Amino acid sequence: MSLLTDLVTITCVLAGVVFFLAGTLGLLRFPDTLTRLHALTKADNVGLALIVLGLLPQAGTFLDALKMVAIWLLVQLASGAVAQLLAEVALRSAHAAEAKE
Amino acid sequence: MSGALDAGIAALLLGVAFRVLLARDPLGAVIGFVALGLVIALAWVRLAAVDVALTEAAIGGGVTGLVMVRAAARLPKREGARQTADRGTNWIAAGLCVLVFIGLSAVVLGLPEPAPTLAPEAAAHLPGTGLGNPVTAVLLVYRALDTLLEVVVLLLALIAIWSLSADASWRGAPPPPGPRQPTEALVFLARVLPPVGVLVAIYLFWAGADVPGGAFQGGAVLAAMGLLVLLAGLCAPPRIGDRGLRLLVLAGPVVFLAVGMLGWAVAGAFLGYPEGAAKPVIIAVEAALTLSIAVMLALLVLGPPAGARQP
Repeated sequence: MSLLTDLVTITCVLAGVVFFLAGTLGLLRFPDTLTRLHALTKADNVGLALIVLGLLPQAGTFLDALKMVAIWLLVQLASGAVAQLLAEVALRSAHAAEAKE
Repeated sequence: MSGALDAGIAALLLGVAFRVLLARDPLGAVIGFVALGLVIALAWVRLAAVDVALTEAAIGGGVTGLVMVRAAARLPKREGARQTADRGTNWIAAGLCVLVFIGLSAVVLGLPEPAPTLAPEAAAHLPGTGLGNPVTAVLLVYRALDTLLEVVVLLLALIAIWSLSADASWRGAPPPPGPRQPTEALVFLARVLPPVGVLVAIYLFWAGADVPGGAFQGGAVLAAMGLLVLLAGLCAPPRIGDRGLRLLVLAGPVVFLAVGMLGWAVAGAFLGYPEGAAKPVIIAVEAALTLSIAVMLALLVLGPPAGARQP
C-alpha cells in the first residue's frame, strides 16, 4: 500500500516539476509579455496541481489534505487574476506604442 | 540535502540583493526588493523563526513593497538616464553600507560559542503567561514596552504622512489607489478574496497565542484585503477626519496604554498583568492592536489626502 502511494507521489510530483521547469524556461525564453504569462500560468496551474495531487497521499490527516487543496485553489485565483491584469496592461501599452508610431 | 537548500537560499539572497542594487529604474528596484523580502522570509523559515518569516513576508515584502511601488510610480520619469542619485551620494551610501557590513560581520563572527541566550528563561516563565508561543510572550509580556513603542512609531509615521496634505484637503480622503476603470479580473478578485483573507487574518491573530502569528501579521493581511477592495474601486477611501476611522487608529495604542497604566494598580508595575488573568488581557490588547495595525498600514499605503499630489 505504502509503495503504491509513494509511487503515485513520485510520479505526480515529478510531472509537476517538469511543468514548473517548462514554465520557467518559457518565462526566460519567450519573446513578449503575453507568451511569457502563458508559460508562467501553465506552471502555476498544472504544475502546482500535480504537486498537490502527488502530496495528497502523504498528508497525515484529512484536514492537512484539505489545506493543500485550499492553497492550490487560492494560488489559482491569485495567478489567474494577476495574469489577466498584467496582460491587460501589456496590451494597453502595446496599443499605445502602436498609436505613437 | 538541507545544506544544499540553505546554500541555495543564501546564494539567491545575494543574487536578488545585487539585482536590487543594480536595477536600472526605481520600479525594477522595488520589484526586486519585494522578491528579496520573500527570499528573506524563506531564510527565516529555514532558521525556524516562523514568526519573523511571516512578518517579513507581510510587512517587509508586502506592505513596504506596496508603499514603494506607489512612491516609484509618482517619481517624475527621466527618459534614458539612469534614475539614481549622483555619483558622490552613491559612494557615500556604499561606504556606509560597507561599514555596517564590517561591523555586523565582526559582531556575528565574534559571538562566544555557544551564543548567549535568554531562551531557557523565556521558556521557563511561559506557563505563567498562559501563552504557548514564546515569541508572543516576549512581544506582549517580557518586552511589552517595545511593542507598545512600535505601535506608537507606526502612529507617528501615519501622522507624518497625513501632515503632507495641503491645508485645503486636510481631513479629506486620500485619492483612490486603483485605476480609473478597474478591470473585471481585479473586481472579481476583490470580491472573492477578502472573505478568505479576513478569515486568515483572524486565524493569525487568534493562533498567535500558541503558534506563529499575531497582531502584526493578522493586521497586515487585513490591511491587504482592505487595500484590494479599494484598488478595485468597490468602495471609496475614508476621509482621514472621520471619527470612526480615528477611533480605530487609536484603539490599539490606547488599549495597550490603558492596560499598562492599570498594571500600576493590579500588579505594581507599568504593563504588569493581573496574576492569573494575563491571557484574557493579552488577547484584548492583541485584538485592539490587530485592528489598529490593519487600519494604520492601509492608511500608510494610501498616503496623504488628495490635493497633496500637486508639486
